[in-house]
Amino acid sequence: MDSSTLIAAVSIFTAGLTIAIGSIAPALGEGRALAQALSSIAQQPDEASTITRTLFVGLAMVESTAIYCFVISMILIFANPFWNHFLQSTGG
Amino acid sequence: MTISPDEVIWQWGPLVLNRTILFTWLVMGLLVLVSWIVTRRLTSSASMTRGQNLLEVLVTGLRNQIREVSQQEPGSYLPFIGTLFLFIVVSNILAMIPGYVAPTSSLSTTAALATCVFVAVPIYGIRNQGVRSYLKQYISPSPLMLPFNIIGELSRTLAMAVRLYGNMMSGTVIVAILIGFVPLFVPVLMQVFGLLTGVIQAYIFAVLAMVYIASATEAKQNLAENNIEQKLNSESSSTDHEQTQNK
Repeated sequence: MDSSTLIAAVSIFTAGLTIAIGSIAPALGEGRALAQALSSIAQQPDEASTITRTLFVGLAMVESTAIYCFVISMILIFANPFWNHFLQSTGG
Repeated sequence: MTISPDEVIWQWGPLVLNRTILFTWLVMGLLVLVSWIVTRRLTSSASMTRGQNLLEVLVTGLRNQIREVSQQEPGSYLPFIGTLFLFIVVSNILAMIPGYVAPTSSLSTTAALATCVFVAVPIYGIRNQGVRSYLKQYISPSPLMLPFNIIGELSRTLAMAVRLYGNMMSGTVIVAILIGFVPLFVPVLMQVFGLLTGVIQAYIFAVLAMVYIASATEAKQNLAENNIEQKLNSESSSTDHEQTQNK
């Protein structure tokens, strides 16, 4: 296996792995946060607006870990620095 | 397929134009133009133009949100937070127009916006509580926490930039991928979902900026709260006193 095949294969495999593993924990966390917020709203409907606002901000914070993984996998596929370096060094 | 609208589309000598710059100026021009046209004919009577009504709803909503989030008077925060929110929300919503690329789906725009927040936090903090008291926050609860506080400041700026960029870019990329194998209806649904994401992300960016600024101006606010509490306590004690006297 020459180095170009190796770089391409590892990049694609890692991109899939990154988003697959990286989305597990935020999904669990967001589900937990949402369930907690729903039960809080059920208990105190008057505070619904505050709870919803805090929930949205909190979900965005939790979600950002998944977004990092997504950005990294996108970089690996579409803007891979190692792949670009390899193309330049071979003059392709 | 690209993950950034930063490629050069037009070049004339040292002048370089890419789609991010083009659409950023378009959004800024649109905002200024609409505000200028609407504020030409402001009235305080009950019958107002639609534009004035819209702007009043926006400003009132922003003021209420800032007041609820920061527990402070929104006056000095409104220009900064309102500008951030309006710019992001307009540039995200205009993504419905074919050919338009949201400037927020470029990491350079979001990094610039996050840098604005990064600079605004110490400015508001120092203005509200003075240099000494602001810098004291970095060594609280103990000087050991100094590096962590600094890292936290930097990493939350990075997180803000990457969060907005990732959300907007993922919308574009997912639509582009879906067009490849289900070109009918499904991309439209994802675009509608992208509208929702865009508005929520704009809201979150503004609220987070407000939360960070509020946390920098917190010490003074705690002082004010303590004063109010003391006042309430003294009032309640005085009423107790009166009641005992009445007895």
